[in-house]
Amino acid sequence: MGIIEWATSPLGQNVPIHIAWFLIWVALIAGMLFLVVHAIYIRYFAKEKEFVADSSPKVASQLPARIPRHSLAARLFHWIMAASMLVLLFTAFLPKVGVRFDWVTYHWIAGTVLTISIIFHIIHASFYLDFWSIWPDRADLEDAWKRFQRFMGRSSALPRKFAKYPLENKLYHGAIIVTGMSVILTGVFMMSRVRTIFFPRNPYLFSDMTWGLMYVLHGLAGVGLITLVIVHVYFAIRPEKLPITASMMVGTMSREFYLKEHDPERWVVVEASPGTPRRMADGD
Amino acid sequence: MAVIRDIMPAFQLYQPTSIADAQTLLQQHGGDAWVMAGGLDSFDWLKDRIKKPKALVDLSGIEELKGVRTIADGIEIGAMTTLTEVVHHPVVKEQYGLLAQAAELVASPQIRNQGTLGGNVSQDARCWYYRAGWPCYRAGGNICYADTPVGRNREHAILHAERCVAVNPSDSAPALIALDARFVIRTPKGERVVDAEDYFLGPDIDITHMNILEPGHLLTAIRIPSAWAGAQFYFEKVRDRNVWDFPLLNVASAMRLSGDTIQNIRIAVNGAAARPLRLKAVEDSVRGKQRSAATGEIAGKLAVQGAVPLQFNAYKIPLMRNLVKRSISGVQEAAWAS
Repeated sequence: MGIIEWATSPLGQNVPIHIAWFLIWVALIAGMLFLVVHAIYIRYFAKEKEFVADSSPKVASQLPARIPRHSLAARLFHWIMAASMLVLLFTAFLPKVGVRFDWVTYHWIAGTVLTISIIFHIIHASFYLDFWSIWPDRADLEDAWKRFQRFMGRSSALPRKFAKYPLENKLYHGAIIVTGMSVILTGVFMMSRVRTIFFPRNPYLFSDMTWGLMYVLHGLAGVGLITLVIVHVYFAIRPEKLPITASMMVGTMSREFYLKEHDPERWVVVEASPGTPRRMADGD
Repeated sequence: MAVIRDIMPAFQLYQPTSIADAQTLLQQHGGDAWVMAGGLDSFDWLKDRIKKPKALVDLSGIEELKGVRTIADGIEIGAMTTLTEVVHHPVVKEQYGLLAQAAELVASPQIRNQGTLGGNVSQDARCWYYRAGWPCYRAGGNICYADTPVGRNREHAILHAERCVAVNPSDSAPALIALDARFVIRTPKGERVVDAEDYFLGPDIDITHMNILEPGHLLTAIRIPSAWAGAQFYFEKVRDRNVWDFPLLNVASAMRLSGDTIQNIRIAVNGAAARPLRLKAVEDSVRGKQRSAATGEIAGKLAVQGAVPLQFNAYKIPLMRNLVKRSISGVQEAAWAS
């Protein structure tokens, strides 16, 4: 049983046509398994987070009660992207498990919304936010190594508190970039095979082999997103992560949570006032 | 590509003699089972070795599925009743002549002797790319070979095409829709009765199936209510060879008149889309109007709104417009007006 389904083209070529649909269940089970394993780990094995001391009372006293974390534009992007992603996943995979409805139209419309929102995000993050805040840096890797050493029972210095985003968050964002861009790029080309308002159908754009590989990549990234979305929703509703989730709704988090988890030197917060530079809410 | 070998792939042959036994077999084998009625569609697939079921459930030995019965409100026709029997049954001829006309125009006498009403409404698409075994959308692939600039699509859809442009080839289906028939389906959860028009699926809903039957399901009968018994009927089929062919388009209408005024009407076409289409907008537009060439003209124009021709089937648009017109105003009136 392969993960790709093959067929013989009219030219006698053996070409891939799409992924094997049992991968939907594999992705679903993988996501559920991850959350069960992680929940058990946190409940029974995880140690209390320890960080090297950083902020002075002076720094703390200068902070506002609510720390700005996500701008309105960033939050709107996040929820629009989330809604379109969920629509895409449900419209893609429900028909494959036997739920019948007119899914293609909803799918390409949601795909278009996702594509536009991602383009907005790239521009917004590149020119208006702190672009590098979501990318792993040297400090993240050093601290991850320290945490690993301590988890293994070896002696190691305490890690620093997180910058705006913990390493896990940054890695997740990286995985979303890979899978998201894969489905978007392949999806845009695949739209030339169905009737949309954007461009005339052109099934001859690529060879059967290229089309097949494109469908396979679209499918693999799609099922990958099932797992990633399950993981994301799981973390969003974990009690210790709720302040972060809430900040994606209201835009801010409490000073206490900020000081507990984040390093003010790595994520600098400046109180907002007219004319204050954008750095205050520099992330997305 | 399909090569006719005339030797079918090996499968387990089951010949149940009751609906209950057939249901047990279908549930036992699920998606591996192939349901065979008259065999006219099935043997094509099997001899071409395109479909290779593990189990074949032959329904021809189930007497419960055969015959035309009078019920409290109309008639019930067993799914395995042959088309010939439908054509010649006195009640069908006298009260539901629309179905008799449609069934009589199916293929050839030999095929009607073997073909069944259930099989005729449940048959698969005849698109040759699909029937040839190419990996098109309907076969689970990712392309429609007919909907390409050089695809041979003279017989294909002008309405509701969604990736796949194959059409439903049934002649009896539009007649049953016009007669407001109900399809009786046995499912593992019990009996399910659906309106004729809801039995069929377009590619937007399910691109690999033409009807709502799922593994384990069995179409057992078709009930025609008496509401349209003895109404004014019209059926016309246009095909390339008049002696024996699938429809390029067909139209069926059932009408109740009060004088010259159309009191009520049901109208359906097939060969225009992947499922037979009931033309509700047309029905609404002509209800209460005088039955005339002008009304037919309006109806014909309305019927083809939204039609999108492919490279070689633009002729279907005026054809459908005229068939709908004739189904309302009659052949003579339509001829005078055109």
